[in-house]
Amino acid sequence: MILVWLILIPFLGGLLCWQAERWGEQAPRWIALATMLFVLVISVVLWLGGDFSLPGSYESQWLLEWRVPWIPRFGIEIHLAMDGLSLILVALTGFLGTLAVLCSWHEIAHRVGFFHLNLLFILGGVVGVFLALDLFLFFLFWEMMLVPMYFLIALWGHSGSPGQTRIRAATRFFIYTQASGLLMLVAILALVFVHYSNTGELSFSYDVLRGTDVPEPLAFWLMLGFFIAFAVKLPVVPFHGWLPDAHAQAPTAGSVDLAGILLKTAAYGMIRFALPLFPEQSAAFAPVAMTLGLVGIIYGAVLACGQQDIKRLIAYTSISHMGFVLIALYSGSELAIQGAIILMVAHAFSSAGLFILSGQLYERIHTRDMRTMGGLWSRIPVLPGFTLCFVAASLGMPATANFVGEFMVLFGTFPSAPVVVVIASVGLVLAAIYSLLLMQRVHYGPEYRPGPLKGPDAREYGMMLTLLVLTIAVGLYPQPLLDTTAAVAAPVAELFTDASDLAARAGEVN
Amino acid sequence: MLTLESLVSLLPLIIVATTAVVVMLGVAWQRHHAGTAMVSAGGLVLALLSVPLAAGALTSPPLMTVDGLAIMGSVLVLLCALVTVALSHHYLTGYIGPREEFYLLLLCAVTGALGLVASDHLATLFISLELLSMPLYGMLAYSFRAERSLEAGIKYLVLSAAATAFLLFGMALIYARTGRMDLAGLAAGLAASPDAWTLAGAVLMVVGLGFKLSIVPFHLWTPDVYQGGPAPATIFLATVSKLAVFLVLLRLVMVAPIFDSEWLRTLFTLLALITMLGGNLLALFQPNLKRLLGYSSIAHFGYLLVAIVVGGQLAVEATGVYLITYLVTTLAAFGVVTQVSSPFGGEDAAGLHHYRGLFWRRPWLAAVMTVSFLSLAGIPLTAGFIGKFYVIALGVADARWWLVGSIVAGSAIGLFYYLRVMVTLYMPEPGMRRRDATEDWGSRVGGLTLMVVAVLILVIGVYPAPVIDWVVDLSAAL
Repeated sequence: MILVWLILIPFLGGLLCWQAERWGEQAPRWIALATMLFVLVISVVLWLGGDFSLPGSYESQWLLEWRVPWIPRFGIEIHLAMDGLSLILVALTGFLGTLAVLCSWHEIAHRVGFFHLNLLFILGGVVGVFLALDLFLFFLFWEMMLVPMYFLIALWGHSGSPGQTRIRAATRFFIYTQASGLLMLVAILALVFVHYSNTGELSFSYDVLRGTDVPEPLAFWLMLGFFIAFAVKLPVVPFHGWLPDAHAQAPTAGSVDLAGILLKTAAYGMIRFALPLFPEQSAAFAPVAMTLGLVGIIYGAVLACGQQDIKRLIAYTSISHMGFVLIALYSGSELAIQGAIILMVAHAFSSAGLFILSGQLYERIHTRDMRTMGGLWSRIPVLPGFTLCFVAASLGMPATANFVGEFMVLFGTFPSAPVVVVIASVGLVLAAIYSLLLMQRVHYGPEYRPGPLKGPDAREYGMMLTLLVLTIAVGLYPQPLLDTTAAVAAPVAELFTDASDLAARAGEVN
Repeated sequence: MLTLESLVSLLPLIIVATTAVVVMLGVAWQRHHAGTAMVSAGGLVLALLSVPLAAGALTSPPLMTVDGLAIMGSVLVLLCALVTVALSHHYLTGYIGPREEFYLLLLCAVTGALGLVASDHLATLFISLELLSMPLYGMLAYSFRAERSLEAGIKYLVLSAAATAFLLFGMALIYARTGRMDLAGLAAGLAASPDAWTLAGAVLMVVGLGFKLSIVPFHLWTPDVYQGGPAPATIFLATVSKLAVFLVLLRLVMVAPIFDSEWLRTLFTLLALITMLGGNLLALFQPNLKRLLGYSSIAHFGYLLVAIVVGGQLAVEATGVYLITYLVTTLAAFGVVTQVSSPFGGEDAAGLHHYRGLFWRRPWLAAVMTVSFLSLAGIPLTAGFIGKFYVIALGVADARWWLVGSIVAGSAIGLFYYLRVMVTLYMPEPGMRRRDATEDWGSRVGGLTLMVVAVLILVIGVYPAPVIDWVVDLSAAL
């Protein structure tokens, strides 16, 4: 039941925020903050009390489970379950949700209640995605979180760069993800009907469908249906068109959610659904996926170097970082998959930090154009220092979480795909270049305008400090995270080795 | 033979027809707007209550069949008519001129629709279809002092007459080959492989019915008529008329094997493809809300045609569920247009600019509109998603990948204009605004009905099991 509450609390809180606007502007903010803290506390308590050792053969792999029938005609259930991976991501959602509420405290000045309704609905949908095990339910949450995100960008976004209105960016985001989502729906339905014709049982349950024997050419297409849906959200390079605009036009809270959590739903979907449902096809597809990941790493990094808009720059670095995650997921190595999970968490922290910082800069100098910045180090106290730290994290400096993640990804992938690792390492060099470019153009160099600016207040200071402490803590001692996710990563990695064994044996027989 | 038992099964139709007569006599005796509306609504409610009796009757009257499909159709027709009546009252209070005849026309059309969904014979099919269409001309041209309304009425009249001619010709051709006009007889007479004449007859009938459903090559009237007609008349056209005609088409395809030929199936596939894509593409940059909804309904019937292509038990079920979701959604969307345009004041408030910033003036009305547009776009947790889910499932189960692909493409295109309308509702208001819903819209019957419909969209979206069970029960007998 606690899983249901994890999903319901943000939705109820959102409705309350909407109605609370009549009690003044501050009321929705406090309610939203309390709601997200509540989610965070619940997940942290679950984490402290949970047992994440590898399950024995008789135990369930889930920490918590909850299921009731929903649409019996199609065998659809409300089936929620939580394991180490979902727990970490739910906790991350609670944490970044809190930050999103905090960072829009002064930024959003009008229609406060409706803003927080949308913000909390996104977070509720994301928690749903991380907990749903029924494929229908998963799809439902997957699509549902788009609507409030659309409103967030379209109504409270910036109409920044010329020729790109926020509504166009929002529409593009929505159409990209919704259309690819429908492909996934088609793939889900095809899988269900194949299972139906095999066994005569209609079911959308993850456990039931996992063993489905899909005929060969179809299985590949179905795997592709899932892959494309997740690839659009991750984003993988040919499908990334929506991301820079959506980030650049979104309000700070929107960018934090988008980079911090929404992109992670895609990686989560791959680990949870795309790989276990179609292990052989995924193993066969791995070289293509890794190549796409490489293209993403290089492409994102190179384009990041050429951006003028600070938020677009950070958006492109996300593409680059997610390339590492994609490579790791398709490497079939336990170490690399765990690295990918750490990298996801680390990227959530560092990109959230950078987006919040750029939001704070915008509140002070009212521009995101780096050509009109420069020399801010001497004009703003404290904030440039934080920027330096997060930039260092983003480029993968040792002692930060990002370093641990990237190192594990590269180390784990090397045995199976050394060439890929060698090329991917070039991305690390490019990361240093764009990070230093960012630092140089914004904070160093001659002052574009003279005069000191306001330093951070306690709220801003607190947010930054918490993020930084977490980044360094995970960087120095990632073991708790690794322990929690080991039970998830190991079976996924095994799937790949089993699949390749099968292929090898088939080769021998031939 | 017409027995007492079979009269019972016709009870809803008889009650509605009687109400029409009562309303006519009442108007002749003394005009009273509210009274007329109440009597009409009362008659419709009575008819609705008599549906279980009709369903329980064992025999059907000659030329008709009261089976599960007919019962489902009757319930939906009556409910939509009720909502239309509820919305019409407030709308018509502003109308200068006779208001009461609108209800008379509406009741006549409902009678036709009830006959149509139960017709088992080409003669009843034709008569009911005409009884449904004739009053619609009057309803569409009701505010005949407004040029567009008159245009809508006459356009629908002329094109509908042409479509009727096609339908009749098709029926004649089929009759010439088989010598039978009842659907069972058609099925028996055409058991052998169809020849060119019967195929031609079938295609001509499809053209006639396709016009009423605004399937793509026959859709040209739709935007003008949707835009011109007074909002309640448009609601009726978009819901009751299309629902009844589609159920007849489904019955034809299910019962008569002529429509089962592979050739005709290909034709339907083609029609479905161009209807989905055409409807959505035409709506893309439409600044007029009523026209946009017209195009959107074209696209939705394109999706529904998938059921006609696939056929079989699941298709009937999918049609039922999809129609229900389409009806509640359309009622809500047009209901908001009606509310904003009420009371009548010349042309309806259909320009998108009338709705700019609606959320900040009339939050609940805008919420209804948002829910209905999300449902039109097929976003989860609304009724529209359940409908779309069914149609996609149908296409996937039958491995019709072309249709599935174009549903996906159509939905993606559709999102663009649905989102455009939705975001308009939340934009900051411009300085000028000419039309707005009255302050008390929410406490009137029409407003309350609208709220109920919107809640229904969400309820069906979140917990569709009861609706699905109902449809499954009714379609199982077929």
